[in-house]
Amino acid sequence: MSLFSKQNMEALKTPLGMNNPVTVQVLGICSALAVTAQLKPAIVMGLSVTIIVAMANVIISLLRNTIPNRIRIIVQLVVVAALVTIVSEILKAFAYDVSVELSVYIGLIITNCILMGRLEAFAMGNSPWPSFLDGIGNGLGYAKILVIVAFIRELFGSGCLFGYQVIPAWCYEHGYINNGLMLMPPAALIIVGCIIWYQRARHTELQEEQN
Amino acid sequence: MNTNKNSYIFIYASVMVIIVAFLLAFVSSALKPIQQKNVELDKKKQVLAALNIFEKDAEAAYNTYVKADQLLNADGTVAAENGGFAVENAAVSADNLPLYVCEVEGETKYVLPLYGAGLWGPIWGYVALNADKETIYGVYFSHAGETPGLGAEITNRDKFQVPFIGKKALNTAGDVVISVVKNGKVQNAECEVDGISGGTITSNGVNAMLKDGIGLYKAFLTKKCDKGACAAKAECAEQCQTEVVNQ
Repeated sequence: MSLFSKQNMEALKTPLGMNNPVTVQVLGICSALAVTAQLKPAIVMGLSVTIIVAMANVIISLLRNTIPNRIRIIVQLVVVAALVTIVSEILKAFAYDVSVELSVYIGLIITNCILMGRLEAFAMGNSPWPSFLDGIGNGLGYAKILVIVAFIRELFGSGCLFGYQVIPAWCYEHGYINNGLMLMPPAALIIVGCIIWYQRARHTELQEEQN
Repeated sequence: MNTNKNSYIFIYASVMVIIVAFLLAFVSSALKPIQQKNVELDKKKQVLAALNIFEKDAEAAYNTYVKADQLLNADGTVAAENGGFAVENAAVSADNLPLYVCEVEGETKYVLPLYGAGLWGPIWGYVALNADKETIYGVYFSHAGETPGLGAEITNRDKFQVPFIGKKALNTAGDVVISVVKNGKVQNAECEVDGISGGTITSNGVNAMLKDGIGLYKAFLTKKCDKGACAAKAECAEQCQTEVVNQ
């Protein structure tokens, strides 16, 4: 089987669209609420999750035949926790500014449902290479939604993008005010809801059978 | 092989835990020196930020501008010329007061460390005072995990930190008067700064941190005569004289 066979590419591509971890699998919602008030943390969080879910998928996939079924969740958790701790230590040593920027969120990756979800659903039953692609795909699918939500929230919540003012001052002089709701976590939930609505309306195959 | 046997599960779990423990211990101790250096460099950058200095080479800039990291006693006298840098902001107490004596463009500035509580975790910072020990020359605030876009805006230099510059930190009686008030409710522009709307608890935390942090140094800050720093200056020398007479 070739490295980039149709099946492997599917593992990489479907999470970006038709099997998106946030909008279709509805995983990782909690962190999608927490880090999307601004674009920068959203992007860094998306990338960190991508790297960690890919690495964890490979490790679990390599071990999948040795892991006792009864303690598999604990084994997955230990692997994820160890990876996150190592990444956090490395960031502190070589990219201190980034680690300060991420602060608590790096630890929160452990609790991201996408990790456990993909380990349990994919890596436990597939070989390392497809698992790696699946991890990359799901991480990027997650990052994509995070960036969309963060773009909307930062633009309408603080009038900025990447911390730079984009809504000109004369708008404020004419009575425009930033939407405070956009800075609150519920706004992320509403935006994610709208994205899910849009996606399911366009792709009728995602809709459940009506009785 | 039967992977569901109890003995297999026990051995698997033990081996896994031992491997992970060794791995983490190794990574942690191997990276510790580099991390320690980063933390120190970051602290120097924070002290410099309070002095409104943002140079690329923080190490060199720190050595140029910061003349001494003193330790003060509760009564404001100098306990040690050096060693203040080693004191964590959280460990500052009434009898353990680090003070950075700095010199910017020929003028003496004092930088005091601050430490307090925000909404989700600790907040900290530094405040630089002019040689008169009353007016604020610059501030720096940071936090561990405040909400981005709300409480975390205390790190926003232009929006939140710059307005502190030139405000009065203490009145003549030696009370800390600088305060963070509700956004748009500034009445006394001499010593009040706008808080962050939506970040009330963090803003209140900064307010309390300033009051407590600067308050600890009351004895030092109300003692206007400091022979080491300003006896050479005419207006100060005069004041020193009267203070000495009064004593």
